[in-house]
Amino acid sequence: MSKAPALKLTPTPGQTIGPFYGYALPFKDGGKLVDRAHPGSIRLHGVITDGAGETIPDALLEIWQPDEEGNVVSETGSLVRDGHTFTGFGRVAVDNVGHYTFTTVNPGATEAGKAPFIMLTVFARGLLNRLFTRIYLPEDTEALATDPLLTSMDESARSSLIATREANGDLRFDISLQGGNETAFLSYPRES
Amino acid sequence: MNIEEFEDGHVIDTNPDAAAATQDQITAEIGAIHEAYEASGKLETQPRIDFTPYRSSLLRHPTKSLHHADPETIELYAPAFGQRDVHALESDLTIQHNGEPIGERIVVTGRVLDGDGRPVVNQLVEIWQANAAGRYIHKRDQHPAPIDPNFTGVGRTITGENGEYSFTTIKPAPYPWKNHHNAWRPAHIHFSLFGTDFTQRMITQMYFPGDPLFSLDPIYQAITDVKARERLVATYDHNVTTHEWSTGYSWDIVLTGSNRTWMEEEEGEH
Repeated sequence: MSKAPALKLTPTPGQTIGPFYGYALPFKDGGKLVDRAHPGSIRLHGVITDGAGETIPDALLEIWQPDEEGNVVSETGSLVRDGHTFTGFGRVAVDNVGHYTFTTVNPGATEAGKAPFIMLTVFARGLLNRLFTRIYLPEDTEALATDPLLTSMDESARSSLIATREANGDLRFDISLQGGNETAFLSYPRES
Repeated sequence: MNIEEFEDGHVIDTNPDAAAATQDQITAEIGAIHEAYEASGKLETQPRIDFTPYRSSLLRHPTKSLHHADPETIELYAPAFGQRDVHALESDLTIQHNGEPIGERIVVTGRVLDGDGRPVVNQLVEIWQANAAGRYIHKRDQHPAPIDPNFTGVGRTITGENGEYSFTTIKPAPYPWKNHHNAWRPAHIHFSLFGTDFTQRMITQMYFPGDPLFSLDPIYQAITDVKARERLVATYDHNVTTHEWSTGYSWDIVLTGSNRTWMEEEEGEH
């Protein structure tokens, strides 16, 4: 097994996105990874809440995912969407009641037998550093049952990462920063 | 809970422990946390997400420790950006309108590196900031300071072949906020960065040297380690300053290390 050497440089600290990113970071069609008319398009949506269960009106969310076949794409054009190219990246600000919407496709598995997921990053006023998590699809029961991350978690953390499929095919994924339904957030080996 | 949404959309925490606290109380809270940190002997190079002096963090920080994840395929790559996404002129925030913005024209330049010292090439850097009076072009910013019709305060660029970036802008001013009574943020520019892995994604703030508000600011002081904190302060650089045009600042940014598989074992490790 190869092992990554220790970092040579210390990473720069993160800071909160603050309340005033709204005129800077959101961009036109930032939540539309595909057009609604795209075959297989789905709505990925939910709300973000704080430790009191109140919705957060000043969060920004980003997703990054493979396409339906599990290909990791490297196409440019996320910021200036042409309406055709799938770039795998989306960014939206939540609305006044903490609700977000992406139009995208179900991610495919990037490796055989692995449970596919969408990666999610959370930024918010009051949150001093970004948080990472994963959105798994509820249908992949076999792969979910053997997934190394999910099997390492207790039931409430595990279930917090699995989206709900709504009757019309949409994916519902709520985010709770704190409290009884707290979403499981992730760290990666070389973060700092 | 104690959050009121005012008609102008300005979110104010009405918790009596929050906006009513004096600067002395906040400073004492910061001091106690820093003292305990120094006594702990541990090294923390990232901000605490549960930092009580920053009142908005109280209900917004996860209480469970982060779950360690071994990154899988999608996490080992980052979205691609290019000239299709960003126009070359977007890195100059002083030419976006018909006239010259008011304030001290500055150039901020530096390199984006990863934790292994490798340049992060062809990646997106975005900035946003207040104007020279401390006002954002945002409907929720109701600080009674003038809006500059010639300054929006938003810029983007793509890093070059050595990971370099450069912005021409106006030096932002401090501004008041509602964390406690008489709370003022040090002047800062927000930076948004992507690495080569999505797990390197980060947002941070760049500060200016010698700001008297540093010790009073719970957001800056949420980084408990003094050396880590100083990494957010740019350096005045006379080599970046240009004759009769602008002052210059240098600021390098280090992202985390890439998690992609290393082909060689670390020297001496078997």
